[in-house]
This record gives sequence, C-alpha cells and structure tokens, in this order.
Amino acid sequence: MAVAETTRRQRLSEFWSDFAQSRVAVVALAVILVLLFLAFACEWVAPQDPYDLRNLDWLDAFLPPGTVGSGGYVHVLGTDNVGRDMLSAVLYGLRTSFIIGLSAGALALTAGIAVGLTAAYFGGRLEAVLMRVVDLQLSMPAILMALVLVALLGSGVGQIVLALVVAQYAYFARTTHGAATVERRKDYIEAARSTPLPTYRVLFRHLLPNVMPPLIVVATVQVAAAIALEATLSFLGVGLPLTEPSLGSLISNGFRYIHTDRTWLSLYPGFALMITVVAINLVGDQVRTVLDPRQGL
Amino acid sequence: MIAFILQRLMQSVLVVFAMSVIVFVGVYAIGNPIDVLIDPGATQSIRDALIERYGLDQPLWRQYFTFVTNVAQGDLGRSMVYNVPVTSLIFSRLPATLELVFVAMFLATALGVPLGIWAGYKPDSFSSKAIMALSILGFSVPTFWIGMLLIMGFAVNLGWLPSGGRGLVAEFLGFRTSLTSAEGWSHVLLPAINLSLFKMGLMIRLTRAGMVEAMRADYVKFARAQGLSEREVVFGHVLRNISIPIVTVFGLELGSTLAFAVVTESVFNWPGVGKLIIDSILQLDRPVMVSYLVMVVILFVLINLVVDIVYARLDPRVRLKGEE
Amino acid sequence: MSAAIEVAGLTTQFETRAGIVTAVNDVSFSVGRGRILGLVGESGSGKSVTGFSILGLVDPPGRVSGGQVLVAGTDLRGLTPEAMRKMRGKAVSMVFQDPMMTLNPVLRVGDQMARAVRAHDRVSTRAAWDRARAALEVVGIPAAAERLHAYPHQLSGGMRQRVAIAIAILHQPAVLIADEPTTALDVSIQGQILAEVRRLADDTGTAIVWITHDLAVVSSLADDICVMYAGRIVERGPAEAVIARPLHPYTRGLMDSVPARHEPGKPLPQIPGSTPSLLNLPSGCPFRNRCPRASDLCTTDPPEVGTATHSARCHHPLGDA
Repeated sequence: MAVAETTRRQRLSEFWSDFAQSRVAVVALAVILVLLFLAFACEWVAPQDPYDLRNLDWLDAFLPPGTVGSGGYVHVLGTDNVGRDMLSAVLYGLRTSFIIGLSAGALALTAGIAVGLTAAYFGGRLEAVLMRVVDLQLSMPAILMALVLVALLGSGVGQIVLALVVAQYAYFARTTHGAATVERRKDYIEAARSTPLPTYRVLFRHLLPNVMPPLIVVATVQVAAAIALEATLSFLGVGLPLTEPSLGSLISNGFRYIHTDRTWLSLYPGFALMITVVAINLVGDQVRTVLDPRQGL
Repeated sequence: MIAFILQRLMQSVLVVFAMSVIVFVGVYAIGNPIDVLIDPGATQSIRDALIERYGLDQPLWRQYFTFVTNVAQGDLGRSMVYNVPVTSLIFSRLPATLELVFVAMFLATALGVPLGIWAGYKPDSFSSKAIMALSILGFSVPTFWIGMLLIMGFAVNLGWLPSGGRGLVAEFLGFRTSLTSAEGWSHVLLPAINLSLFKMGLMIRLTRAGMVEAMRADYVKFARAQGLSEREVVFGHVLRNISIPIVTVFGLELGSTLAFAVVTESVFNWPGVGKLIIDSILQLDRPVMVSYLVMVVILFVLINLVVDIVYARLDPRVRLKGEE
Repeated sequence: MSAAIEVAGLTTQFETRAGIVTAVNDVSFSVGRGRILGLVGESGSGKSVTGFSILGLVDPPGRVSGGQVLVAGTDLRGLTPEAMRKMRGKAVSMVFQDPMMTLNPVLRVGDQMARAVRAHDRVSTRAAWDRARAALEVVGIPAAAERLHAYPHQLSGGMRQRVAIAIAILHQPAVLIADEPTTALDVSIQGQILAEVRRLADDTGTAIVWITHDLAVVSSLADDICVMYAGRIVERGPAEAVIARPLHPYTRGLMDSVPARHEPGKPLPQIPGSTPSLLNLPSGCPFRNRCPRASDLCTTDPPEVGTATHSARCHHPLGDA
C-alpha cells in the first residue's frame, strides 16, 4: 500500500516536471484556475446579481467601462442595453459556461467509456454495430448534431448539456475503443479473463486504467469544445436565452451593437470566452505531449 | 477496383437509408409546426385543413413513405414558411455556400499545408512553435467570435471591407458566382478567412504530425544516405507519403466545412444554405430541415466514397488489396 | 596499399536528460579497396551509430564530437553540409537492416532509383531509369525491367534488400556500409546476398563495412573483423585469426554462443548478464561485470595487447594465462 502510494506520487511529480517544461502551459493552467475561482465565487465577487431584474435600471443602460452607475459603484466593464453590469454578467456567464462544459465533458466521458469498453470487451456483432454508429457520428460535424438536437429538445441548460453529450460522446467512445482493443490483445487481459473474476472487474480494474491517458487528453479538448459549442449555439439563438446569461448569449446580445461604438457589450464576454477556451486547449496540448510524445496532432 | 467501388456504394446506400429514417423520425418528433405557423386563434377547421394539407394526420411510417417516394421523384416537398419547393429553395442558396466553402478550403490548404510542412520539418525552431501556437488559436477560438473580431477590425474600424452580405452575382460558365468581380471578392474575403481558420489549424497540425512521423522513417534516412538534397527528400519522398492522410482529411473536411458554414453565414449574413437551415430550425420549417439534413448525409457519404477511391489511387498498398 | 576508408578516433555522443551517453567511443579502423570489414557487436554496442556517424547522419540529440573519417584523402568531418551531401551515395553509401522500411512504400522501385541517380548526375529521366535497370542486373535481380515498375511491397524481402543494395551502389561508391542487411532475411537468401556482396567487393573494389551481431556471418564473409563492446572496439584482426584464436573473453563468449559451432545436444553457452547501460558504465573495462576472467586489475583501463595485426584491449587476454 505504502509502496503503491509512493510510486503514484512519484509518477505525479514526474508528470508535473514534464508538464512544466512548457511555460506557456503552466501559465494557461494558472489562468484556468483563476477563472474557475472567479466563476464559482461570482456571487461574492461580482458587484451585482445580473439575474435579479430588480437590480437593473434602464437609466444605467450603455454606460461605457469605468462609469459610476446608479448603484454607486464603478462599472469596470460598462453596462449593457438593459443596464446590466458587464463584469457581473461576464462572471456569471463564465460560471454557466464552465458548468455546461464540465458536466457535458464528464457525462460524455462516462457515456463514451461505457460504449467503447462494451464494444471492445464483448466484440462481435455488438462491437460492429456500436462502432459503426460512432464512426457515422464522428463524420458529422458536432455543431450540426448539436444544432439539430437543441432544436429537438428545446433550450435550457439541461437540454444543451444533453445535446452536447450526444454530439461528443463519440470521440471518447472511439478513443476508448481504440486503446482498449490494443490492450485487449495483451496477455494480462487474457490472464484476467481466464480467472473467475467478474466481467466488470476486468473492465474497470484492468482495462480502464490503461486507456485513461489518451482519454484525459480527449477530455480536456472536449471540455473546451463543449464550452465553445454552447457559446456558438447561444449565439445562433438556439442555446440559452439572455435571461440566463452564458458567454455566448452575452456575445450574441452585443453583436447587435458592433456597428456602433458600444463594442464593450461583445468584446469583454468574447475575450473571456476566448481566453478560457484557448487556455484549456494549451493545457490539453501539453498534456498530450507529455503522455504521448510521439503523437503530434 | 470495380468490386471495391461497388461494395462501398452498397454500404453508402445503406447508410443513407438508415440516416434518412433517423433524421425523419427525429425531426418529426419536434413540436407541432402548425402551432408556429398559424395564429393560435385560428379555428379548428383551418387547423385541420392545414394538417391534412401537410399530411400531418398520417401515421409516421406513412409520412416517411410519402417522403421517400417524393424524394425519389426529385420532390423534397414545399417549405412551410416560404411556400416554395424546397429543392429550388436549397438550390438557389447552394451556390453562395459552395463559393464560400471553396475559397475557405483553398485558403486553409494553400496556407496550412506549407506551414505544417515547415513546422514538421523543423519542429524545434521558434517559427515552428509560433505556427503551432497559432494553429491552437485557429481551432480553439469559436468561429463566430473570430468572425465578429474580423468585422470589428476590418469592416467597422478600418472600413476596408464590407461587414456582410454577398457581392454582385454574375453568370460564369453556368454558375452564378460573385467571384468574377472585385466587389464580389471584397464580400467573400472576410467570411472565407473566418471559415478557413479552423480548417487551417487542422491542416497545419495534420501535416506537421505526418511530417514529424515521416521524417523519422528509415526511408528518409536511406534517401539521405543516397545523397538526396533536403528539398528532394521532403518533396520527392516525404510529401508523397503524407499526401494520403492530407487528401483524406481534405475531403472529409470539405463536407464538414459545408455544414460549419452555418456559423459563418449567420455572422456575416451570407445568403447561403447555412443561414437557411438556422432560419428553418428557428421556424420549425420541417421539409427544409429534413431535406437539408438528408442532403448533408448524402453529401457526407458521397465524400467518404470519393475519398476512399482517391485513397486507393494514392496508396498502392490499398489499391492492390482491392484488386486481389 | 592505401585504404578506401580510414576512421580515426571517431566519437559520437548523445545528450539525454539523464546525462551524456558516448555511443561511439574513440573508434578507429581502416578498410582497403575491395576488402570487407566485419564490425561485430551486440545490439546497443554502437555499431550502427558508427555507420551513421561516418555518413554524418546521426539524428539529434546525437552528435559526432570527435575523430576523422578519411575517404580518398578527404576528411568527411570537415565538409560543409552540401559537400557532405555530395559525398553520400557517391563516396560512401549505406544499406539498412530492414528492407521493408528503407524503401519508400509509395514510390515505384524505378522512381526511387532514378531519384537517387539524379541526386548526383544531371541526366534525363530515361537515362536514369536505364542506369537503375543496369544496377538491378548487377545485384542479380531477374527481369529487372519489370521490377522497376513494381512497388516495394510487391517484392519479397530478399528482393527488396537487393534493390536497396542496387540503390546504394548506383554511383560506384568507394565504401559501402551495410548495417545488418541480412538479419531480417531467410538463411538461404542471406547466403545468396552474401555471395553477391563478396563478388561486388571483388569486382568493383568497393570497400565494405559489414555491421552485424552474427559472428557466423562475418566469419565466412569478412577479411577483417572488429569487435565492438559498449561503444569501443575491444578486438581487431584478420578474420581467421580472430575466429581461430580470440584474445578478448567477450569475443570468445560471442563465438561460443553461435549454434553452428557448437556440439549438438549440449546447452548453448551464453554470456551472462546483458549489455551495460551506456549511462553508467563500470570503470575500467566495461565488460568486467560479465567476464569470467575479471580481476581487481580490470577496474583500470585495459591495455592494448597482441600483435600489430591482431590485438585486443584486455588485462587478461586468452591464450596467455
């Protein structure tokens, strides 16, 4: 037990020292942590609750960044067309984006592992059918899948997450299946199968740990993709309504004013989105480099 | 080779059939278009008349059967919103989208592949790392946001290019295109750049990965041992090998770019099929949705088929397997 | 007799995260025109890196850090990259172990060969193909004209290796480095190729450095033998002398583990232990941890013993105990 603990810690510290080789990735990781903190502490950090219509005053509409509004405090990032404090809106929006991205990522990961492992472990016709469906889904762009699904399910956080999961699980399923098929051929799985261990034990104790590294990489990228996808759907008007601000719906709202000089309505939520997504991808990229130096894509 | 194509063709037909059922059932599970189309205060008899006219009272399998028979005759139904045949609606919008996709894919390949070759040839150089960082930006930053930045920068602030819409359209070799005039190009440039960035990022990474892998191969070392120059090694030997995955992905991405144009067309108000599908989703225009999706599926299947054949042409190993 | 190639003090190092590894350590040898030198060692002994070092094709993080490679009076190490490129294939050529990997899978044999011809000579494509066909005939490929239109995967392993050799000798190089070219092949085909190579050396005067782990192969093929261990040459001499009276216990161990030389029915002797990691070599003789004759003396650098033609680096050479 103690031995297992030290090797695990050793592996982690080794992983970290490899990861820290890229200074960009370390900065990106720090940015993500700060953004996560700000997003989930938004109720205390933000000067205003942008959901609460009682806080909004029409007289505060379109205040440029740095103006003091009727609330008596400085609107650092200005206000939008209904007098909502942009900083607060961005922080709350960031929280929505993170919640959607993380839960969609986690659920898609779970669903993908389930499908991929089932296919790889049982093989035969089940494998053929499952992976055929997965391949078909992969050949369609996720945005199209999500668009149709949201149209089908209606808008709302739950519906969007479900649409994202259906659109994205295939990436995890393909990765799990690919890695598991390679592992399956190895002797230790054969050995584990020939003992009277129950199937789920072979799957979870033996197969899963070995397919984890590529899945971690896919997961980071897919969380970023989910956040971007949700923002895109909201921007297209089929995602979240402005009463429940996500970064996408905020940008969509600001888009109406980009021909005026009121660009702060779209610029700030846009940059928040961009920084978040890029930071996650940079971290994912470095994780990939560390876990699998041969694979450059 | 013929047996190979026939086998692929059979698979493709099966896939199209399966997908059309899924799409049909999926789309028809969405809400009731009658509620959207007509005034809630309309009388029951008007509602019934409309329901009958669109065949909405029939059982689902029957509606599907009608749909397939009509499609087989080239009839995709009428749009509930525009009240014109869906076929003519989609075909009137298709040239604009194709034109946009063509320019975007050209940009993505013409810039992405050379950049990827360089980044894979000298993976440790500063310029390569800069290229890779840019490629991460290219495919992680959401397209609509880059589109907005492009509009703010080049259209609103600098005023160099128009912020949206399509330029003058002229007939050229039987196609209606806006690419024959400078004014047309000024309109297509920003949306095409916008649409190409994601694909460019992908092309860069794909080419680079192939390059890095191939440069390690023994045949590269052997070619160098024969005294071939670096230029000959890269262009004569390596490029031939990595062209196979590049062509494959190019083909596959062509399809997804068509579908992805949805976003760019919305941002730049480009009158293409993508904008049409968004509008039809928002307005529950079922015939347009179903037709578009079925067309996209057919397109994807066709592209997959063509890619398979081209792949077989390029890679002698696959070709021979098909002939045996 | 002037040597076709003279290697002196060649040293190649790899900078790894764990430290500097000296894969080739002060290696010297020379091969005369039309002679064949067998460079023998286990995997990891540095014999392949020696070959790449001669051609200046060591991949980073590796670097040739010292020594001379004289071919026809020119020190290859002093050349500019472009001048070095012009020497490759023309003055010094090389064939590799795995013929599946050395030929480009997507180019026709004739196309690859023509490219190699035109790397040095500005001739028409047609003339290049003609020369390619002639080269295939030289290495004993039947129906050479047809083979030119084949893709590598359509040829057998032995055929592919002949093609690789044909490519390597297109420009009649002074030196051919052969890095285990028969290891991946059937024994019968191996024999044919060895015969072709011997004939090649005799007919064209090309000097050949034959890198292998298989003493049995070089004993019948090579004129001289150098035995490498942990990046250094531990024994050198004429092939018959080295085989008949090995001086170094390591050479002896290698010979004992060749099945053909062994009495049937008895267990095959093996050298105990395995090649040491180049990162932490023992001080003195690198072989001492595996050597049956080792003594305290072996912690110091072994001396050169033997005659001018047949020598070894050992404190306790065989035959003098």
